[in-house]
Amino acid sequence: MKLRILTFGIARDITGSGFLDMEVPEDATVADLESHLRQKYPALNRLASLLIAVNTDYGARDRPLKSTDEIALIPPVSGG
Amino acid sequence: MFDIQLLATPLSLDACRDFVTCDDAGAVVEFIGTVRIKTQDKRVLCLEFEAYESMALQEMRKIAEQTLSQYPVLRVSIHHRTGKLIIGEIPVIIAVSAAHRAAAFAACQFCIDTLKQRVPIWKKEVFETGEVWVAAHP
Repeated sequence: MKLRILTFGIARDITGSGFLDMEVPEDATVADLESHLRQKYPALNRLASLLIAVNTDYGARDRPLKSTDEIALIPPVSGG
Repeated sequence: MFDIQLLATPLSLDACRDFVTCDDAGAVVEFIGTVRIKTQDKRVLCLEFEAYESMALQEMRKIAEQTLSQYPVLRVSIHHRTGKLIIGEIPVIIAVSAAHRAAAFAACQFCIDTLKQRVPIWKKEVFETGEVWVAAHP
């Protein structure tokens, strides 16, 4: 299935775009997507943390993804 | 009651204070974050704040709700700014009111500490010699 992933901060710099369009297996989970992204963009592995938000919630890693989900790549936050 | 704002314009301390002040409050505690001139001996030209807006607002709301349920406080106001800020400008204001000061102090600290851990907002430091996303690398 096709997924669109929003990226922010240094994750956007690393991936080169504010959003990524990716093709993943139909039963892909958050963990599968993370693994896919880390392989495709190795610089992500040097970050202090990397989370994936699904529909504006920090998603559990075993959560299955849907093509209609709003998915975001969340590098280490630094607000405040 | 809580008031959450994510703004691209200068924040107003009066707005936050006015929201939380009420007849039952014996204490109002305000935290004001400011842009400082130096980090590790390098002079900061400006900070750039970027937010995943819909989620940042949601996380800030959750923090306000948690604060109101965990502490005996009356009202919470959390305002965060996005965009470019220079030295002395204010990226974040948190105001909390309570009947008594101990809860107001503790709740205000809880708000800013939790905001800094959870809210999807990112800060980039711009120096004369380059730019760095804060805390991105261990």
